[in-house]
Amino acid sequence: MKKTIDEKFFSVISYTFTFVIALICFLPFWLIVIGSFTSESEIIARGYSLWPSEFSVEAYKMVFQLPERIFKAYGVSIFITVLGGGISLFITAMSAFVLMRKDFEFRNKIALFFYFPTIFSGGMIPSYILVVKYLNLKDNILALILPGLLGAWNIFLMRNFMKSIPDSIMESAKLDGANDFVIFVKFYLPLSGAGLATIGLFTALGYWNNWYNAMMYINKADLYPLQYLLYQMLTSITGLRDAASKAGLVVADMPDETFKMAMAVITTGPIILLYPFVQKYFVKGLTVGSVKG
Amino acid sequence: MQTIVKNELNGTGPVLIKHGFRYFFRSIRKQKILWLMILPAILYFIVFCYLPMGGIVLAFKNFNYQQGIFDSPWVGVRNFEFLFSSGTLWEVTKNTILYNIAFILVSLVMEVLVAIMLSELAGKWFKKITQSVMFLPYFVSYVLLAALVYNLFNFEYGVVNNILISWGQEPVDVYSNPGIWKYLLVFFHEWKGLGYGVVIYLAALTGINSEYYEAAKIDGANKWQEIGWITIPLLKPTMIIVTLFAVGSIMKGQFELFYQVIGTNSLLYSTTDIIDTYVFRMLTQTFEPGMGTAAGLYQSVLSFLMIVGVNYLVKRVEPDYSLF
Repeated sequence: MKKTIDEKFFSVISYTFTFVIALICFLPFWLIVIGSFTSESEIIARGYSLWPSEFSVEAYKMVFQLPERIFKAYGVSIFITVLGGGISLFITAMSAFVLMRKDFEFRNKIALFFYFPTIFSGGMIPSYILVVKYLNLKDNILALILPGLLGAWNIFLMRNFMKSIPDSIMESAKLDGANDFVIFVKFYLPLSGAGLATIGLFTALGYWNNWYNAMMYINKADLYPLQYLLYQMLTSITGLRDAASKAGLVVADMPDETFKMAMAVITTGPIILLYPFVQKYFVKGLTVGSVKG
Repeated sequence: MQTIVKNELNGTGPVLIKHGFRYFFRSIRKQKILWLMILPAILYFIVFCYLPMGGIVLAFKNFNYQQGIFDSPWVGVRNFEFLFSSGTLWEVTKNTILYNIAFILVSLVMEVLVAIMLSELAGKWFKKITQSVMFLPYFVSYVLLAALVYNLFNFEYGVVNNILISWGQEPVDVYSNPGIWKYLLVFFHEWKGLGYGVVIYLAALTGINSEYYEAAKIDGANKWQEIGWITIPLLKPTMIIVTLFAVGSIMKGQFELFYQVIGTNSLLYSTTDIIDTYVFRMLTQTFEPGMGTAAGLYQSVLSFLMIVGVNYLVKRVEPDYSLF
């Protein structure tokens, strides 16, 4: 069918508009990457720009002269993402399995019990005092894992997902004499792959990007996760110089500005590299999540 | 149908009443394994969600760290009197609500617009790539967002000032100008959230039966009429639900966004201080945890009323989408 004039017009507007929006979404990333490859002297003389006249890898050289700090932070971030994500996913799925069971008569009461804190909470300060004073988790890596480990939404999302698994599986497993935990591990977990993937990815992203828990509960630099290390280096030149002088670098010619940008690239890199592979799961998960079952 | 729903809501429907401790213990005996499986989550919620609720008593105490929550002296409602008389509380409440209203309106318009346009694009690759790029900011941390903002707007080296200078204009000192941040925060909030929101509307759009459009075309409708009379009305339920839930959390501030981008730059507080950053400062800078808890409780209560109210509305519009 031939396109009418208004269709052509609309199509031109759509292409232009989405292109501009995508450009705006992309440009800041470009600026950071370019900033990290610009020479410090150019930044001081002319500031950040869209395209540098002088390329330099000085900042990266400097970053890799403090490898200990960065490797440690990578280690902490990977540890909390894998362990926190794994534990969270397992307990979420297990609880979802119980809440999905129609023969479990307390399922609605417990669902409400899980849900209520999302609409009414003690707030920031009581949680802080709980973790620091009563659980004694200050400077403990568990403080980076436990707060926010479970969320009502994820449990409900997983429950809705499991509802779509046919009942006949449960019945035949029961006839074979399997107990509930075995049914969950052997039948429901393997059949929930897509749901586990989406919720797992959202949880992992949450842990990877978390800096708040570290700011509240961690003072020891050895336990800084990546995002908090980046935050420290961005906000305090002193923090940055401190790290440099500890590593035995000459503080005076430290490329402060480009160093910040290089740190930003190095801490964000893995997420951007993984992004094309995980994006479709996020889209799928969101689509499932937006249709409440 | 209507009456059945009503009966269920009133509790006059055929509901079997089962309660009491004996019933509870019988369930535990009968379904031991299921109870054991859900026990970790129950314990977690008790410790990390319900115990802190007990900490609310702090709002009525003059907390000091040595004596802890229980032994600190009671002060009645003095924390609240201070809060309400200081004026700052009104200021931050106003900021929180106005920012959230701006976030809601901007995201609604932008996300619906972009979703409709994306769904109309014929080029498959173009569509895929633009959608991916728009979703990208959702994946970066707020720390990186703050780095981006710094790269763009810092006075000495920022890209924006660079461009202004090269055009022969005066550079602007954005970090000491409270007025600009109203727009910048809304912009960057949308920058980060756009891709996520678009996906939700795109999902709703793919559910629209293409026969509607074919029929409209036969009737001689043009593109604008199709969008105005078919697409938007069919997106309406999604728009209403998304918006209502956002309205439900109108009292909750985006702490991560505001704290990372503004930080402790007190020059900007007049336009950028929200309840959450205010409470945070009472914990970490002014050391008034009692008063901070009081402000948090004030926020929680308003928030609770808001959500319950909105849920009531959702239930009337579309019972399937209500939360409880």
